[in-house]
Amino acid sequence: MAGGLQDWKQHKRPFAAIAGAPLFWLLLFFLIPMAIVWLYSFGENAGPADIAISGTLENYKRATEWLYLSIFLKSLAVAALVTLICLIIGFPVAMAITFASAKWRPWLLLGIMLPFWTNLLIRTYALMMLMGTNGYANKGLGALWEGASWLRTLVGMQPLEAWTPVQLLYNNFAVVLGLVYVHLPFMVLPLYAALDRLDKSLIEASLDLGAGHLRTLMKIVVPLAGPGILAGVMITLIPALGAYLTPDLMGGTESQMIANVIERQFKRANDWPFGAALSFLLIYAMFVLIALQSMRRDKGREAH
Amino acid sequence: MALFNRTPVAPLEYTRKTWMRGWVGATMFFLYAPLLILMIFSFNDSKRNVVWKGFTLKYYEKAMNNDSLVEAMVNSLTIAGLATVFSLVLGALAAVMLWRFRFPFKGVVEGTMSLPIIVPEICLGVAFLIFFAKIEWPTDLPWPLNLSAITIAHITFCFPFVAMVVRSRLESFNKEEEEAAKDLGASEWQTFRDILLPHMKPGLIAGALLSFSLSLDDFVITFFTSGPDTITFPVKVYSMVRFSVTPEVNAASTILIILTIVLTAVALKLQGVKAIAESH
Repeated sequence: MAGGLQDWKQHKRPFAAIAGAPLFWLLLFFLIPMAIVWLYSFGENAGPADIAISGTLENYKRATEWLYLSIFLKSLAVAALVTLICLIIGFPVAMAITFASAKWRPWLLLGIMLPFWTNLLIRTYALMMLMGTNGYANKGLGALWEGASWLRTLVGMQPLEAWTPVQLLYNNFAVVLGLVYVHLPFMVLPLYAALDRLDKSLIEASLDLGAGHLRTLMKIVVPLAGPGILAGVMITLIPALGAYLTPDLMGGTESQMIANVIERQFKRANDWPFGAALSFLLIYAMFVLIALQSMRRDKGREAH
Repeated sequence: MALFNRTPVAPLEYTRKTWMRGWVGATMFFLYAPLLILMIFSFNDSKRNVVWKGFTLKYYEKAMNNDSLVEAMVNSLTIAGLATVFSLVLGALAAVMLWRFRFPFKGVVEGTMSLPIIVPEICLGVAFLIFFAKIEWPTDLPWPLNLSAITIAHITFCFPFVAMVVRSRLESFNKEEEEAAKDLGASEWQTFRDILLPHMKPGLIAGALLSFSLSLDDFVITFFTSGPDTITFPVKVYSMVRFSVTPEVNAASTILIILTIVLTAVALKLQGVKAIAESH
């Protein structure tokens, strides 16, 4: 038994008993549906409920028109911005959890994971409630405004004009904030996993030898935890790119992302072949991102 | 205790630095404040969600008497339960298959198995919409068979997670135990049941919790798979949020949040905080 693995040919019956069901399921309820979508992306509407797979590339041509390309690029930009903000917020949190005392660490982790387990829709709704024109976010900003106004009167300046509630929801800002809120735990958990594996004596050595905290972070921690940071980035970037619910509920008409356009083709515009083409373009984009990540990882391995 | 540090802060004790504590505290505030406010306002005696008018349970009563909301909740729990059972079986089998056998195209099979995790939800939803329309899956079946399409979709994206968790658990299995059992005359099935299965148990529990919460949480795929008469809790809440924001939604959400906390507590009891943290 090379490598402790059994060859399937010598154990045909147990292999069939074990592998049959999952492989069958994967084929029937994953590969075949995906294959149908793929075929549809080369089709065209032939009737009200009929799609002819004619091998046309028209859907892909339409998908590369500027209107759709710009939504694609915008989704990518939003996802990248969300990932960056999550990284900036999440990295110190992951550091704090890594270096927390043994008593506190599990509870801090649990604190990050509980929102992760809470229903996505409920979390989005909770945030929306807070950000409405009469919500607490606006009230908090209003109080700050009043405070600033009062300070101005103290130093003898004209008070600011009265606070008017700002529109926090239904714009790009709301989408980014909502996505950060939803995806933050996705970032913190892999970052923690990567930092936890770090040899802490290297950090101590760096500090002992006179490097500051920031320099130690940039020269020791970040390079060593690189693959883990990259994993955290991917785990945040990929779902953020395909996000549907947050832009749908919290965004305005100008903040639609690619998933919303895909949804519209199926539920409203009834242009399934075009929706199928957009879906596959999104899947191809994911593949490119994943390929880039594994390329970086292999390069990192060679360097060591 | 934490306030009155007697020992000086060591260089690596980042957690004891004030700015670090502030950062973590602010992050936790950011994560929890919206949820807490949502829960508090489910007890608010006002139709609008903004000013506190006094304590009431009437929105819980309303939510409980809202038949379509209760039905959606029952549907969601049924789907989650069924999807968990099937995902556990399929995921465990897949994990054992990948861990135990050498077979042609193993890399391809492994890669394909992880695709349902990577493919964006919206694409998977679209695929199921087209698939069930194409094979003309009946939509007018009696309960609970009318949930079959949604359940099938949920199993597809849950079982690869179970396979992943169980497989990493299997890595620590000592194959000599299995050989010893076989030497002592145990059959293939007996070995599986008495030796391998008990070893997989923590992985199975983690996988079950993961698939239950993934299934309960799912909106996008369900949105595309559900027919007009099959409403799940997230789909129902979505339409309520879309068309009218009432404290009833808060009450229903609070119930689900409490359910999540109870599930987490059960998981803690079964596995301990550390094991849960590591399973992610």
